[in-house]
Amino acid sequence: MKGDLRIRGVSKSYGEVRALRDVSLDVPPGQFVTLLGPSGCGKTTLLRLVAGFERPDAGTISISGQDVTGVPAHRRPVNTVFQHYALFPHRNVFGNVAFGLEMDGTPKGEIQDRVHRALELVRMKDLGHRGISEISGGQKQRVALARALVLEPDVLLLDEPMAALDLKLRKEMQVELKNLQERLRITFVFVTHDQDEALVMADRIAVMNAGRIEQLDGPEELYEKPRTRFVADFLGVANLFRGTVRGRKDGLVTLRTEGGLELHAADDGGYPEGIPLWLGLRSEKISLVDRKENVLEGVIDDEVFLGDWTDWRVRVGQEVLSVGEGNVLARGRRRGDAVSLSFSADAVLRLEDAERVT
Amino acid sequence: MSGHRRQASWLLLPSLLLLLALFYLPQLLMLVVSLGRRSAYGGVVREVSFANYLRAMEPLYLGILWRSLLLAAATTALCLLVAYPVAWWIARRAPARWRNALLALVILPFWTSFLVRMYAWIVLLRSEGVFNMGLGALGLPRAELLYNDFAVLLGQVYGELPFMIVPLYVSLEKLDDTLLEAAADCGADAWQAFRSVVVPQTLPGIVAGCVLVFIPSLGAYLAPDLLGGGKTAYIGNLIQSQFAVARDMPFGAALSFVLSLLVVLLLLFFRRPLQSAQAL
Repeated sequence: MKGDLRIRGVSKSYGEVRALRDVSLDVPPGQFVTLLGPSGCGKTTLLRLVAGFERPDAGTISISGQDVTGVPAHRRPVNTVFQHYALFPHRNVFGNVAFGLEMDGTPKGEIQDRVHRALELVRMKDLGHRGISEISGGQKQRVALARALVLEPDVLLLDEPMAALDLKLRKEMQVELKNLQERLRITFVFVTHDQDEALVMADRIAVMNAGRIEQLDGPEELYEKPRTRFVADFLGVANLFRGTVRGRKDGLVTLRTEGGLELHAADDGGYPEGIPLWLGLRSEKISLVDRKENVLEGVIDDEVFLGDWTDWRVRVGQEVLSVGEGNVLARGRRRGDAVSLSFSADAVLRLEDAERVT
Repeated sequence: MSGHRRQASWLLLPSLLLLLALFYLPQLLMLVVSLGRRSAYGGVVREVSFANYLRAMEPLYLGILWRSLLLAAATTALCLLVAYPVAWWIARRAPARWRNALLALVILPFWTSFLVRMYAWIVLLRSEGVFNMGLGALGLPRAELLYNDFAVLLGQVYGELPFMIVPLYVSLEKLDDTLLEAAADCGADAWQAFRSVVVPQTLPGIVAGCVLVFIPSLGAYLAPDLLGGGKTAYIGNLIQSQFAVARDMPFGAALSFVLSLLVVLLLLFFRRPLQSAQAL
């Protein structure tokens, strides 16, 4: 089916460096998938394999039901928006967007129409005559987008296209790009290292680490239920502990961390006994005011003011917990104050350590 | 601001003085000479006449000028054809740490005088030369390689090649790889990408290389003299012989001016592509 992307068992090495290890990913037509990860995780390599700039050492890639593993880049039904746009400096805005159509011999009149429509789509229709050096970074990005979209690709690939924009413009473009994708219903594969960007735009996010996809989920599931220590850490779970099971009672499992903290987690049957486990707890799930299952006594070690909330560092025994609490609710507390903190047993995340399972 | 400008003009002074003393002044002398007349003993009789310029326009001399233009054009075209793949390979295929060494190899022949290198070609090409010995060893008939237009062109291309490779290398090295990927991504095959991205992007190097090869080739005189055996006349040899053999300095000077004028006209004619190349 048109717009369907299937990546099966793809590996790629550069000399000694294994950039991708047996990666599989299926993207249904019209979905917005984000490849998220730190630099060097293999996300850009995966994108370049789909674009056809590189060949995989093993595995297959098929687009719209057709195996394209051995097909060169210029004959694949995909187009790319490059990180630094890669616009042709010797052509003006119109000429850049027209490039691909000229290459496949589209008649002049049709080129005119389609380029104008594409420029209109990215709100650049009056700037066709401008030189590339005469437009701003944001406009360059729109031109790069128009140059790719005018060719009506089955799959659009975007390689950190927002990286060079300032924060405000980036926020605007994120929403605009998301709307555009929903309107056009083209499959988008978007590479970024910015978790906020991924959460705002994607239908599904593939978190990558060391050449593998560690977790593939929707933004909400990913945020609420990270499955591995790496994913939790990358998505901003500030409290990570190693702990072992100490007992079970009433649907709760009691765990003890290496720092001596005792906490209760909802027992879903997945906690093995006797083996050290990675546990995670989001700062904003811990409260200084509400009282729930896990009530612990601690001392405020430090506070980091973050606008409408403060990141409190609370020492409980040997562990220092990061607690996010709104400034209105937690007002008046100072460094050195004794506080009680509490969190729900459901907030405790059980994490795998995928890096150990090589 | 004006202090900066004054400083800038001071910095220009050495080169201005040099140009004035060694270029404009001799040119002026040549102009004066070219308007004069040859004396019976090979001296110069001062007068103001355009007789030498009219003589330069005679079909015989125009033919020689035309042949020189053809030689220069052929040299430039062949140099471009040979140099582009070489420059491409050095700039984009060879391991990065070898690039400077390879470039040094390209320039290395300059350490030997051009004259000596032309004699080396004679040793290679003459009928008892290295190539013909090789052909003979293989049982093949000998070939007449020296003292013809082929030898002249070969010598010229050989001599001018580095002047084409270096500017091409500079612009190819600057060529952004992602532009090639973008071209492929937009559906351009290798040839289309070369024509519509690589050539426009390396135009400054192409234009610079062509100018650097074409202009000296137009006045080439050593290769035609030594490898051509003086059998066919080119404008460079003609001018040289006016000064050294015919001892007709006024006519030689006039021919030189015609040649210079031709170069200026050509540069004016190609002004647009030259400027657009600089703009890139």
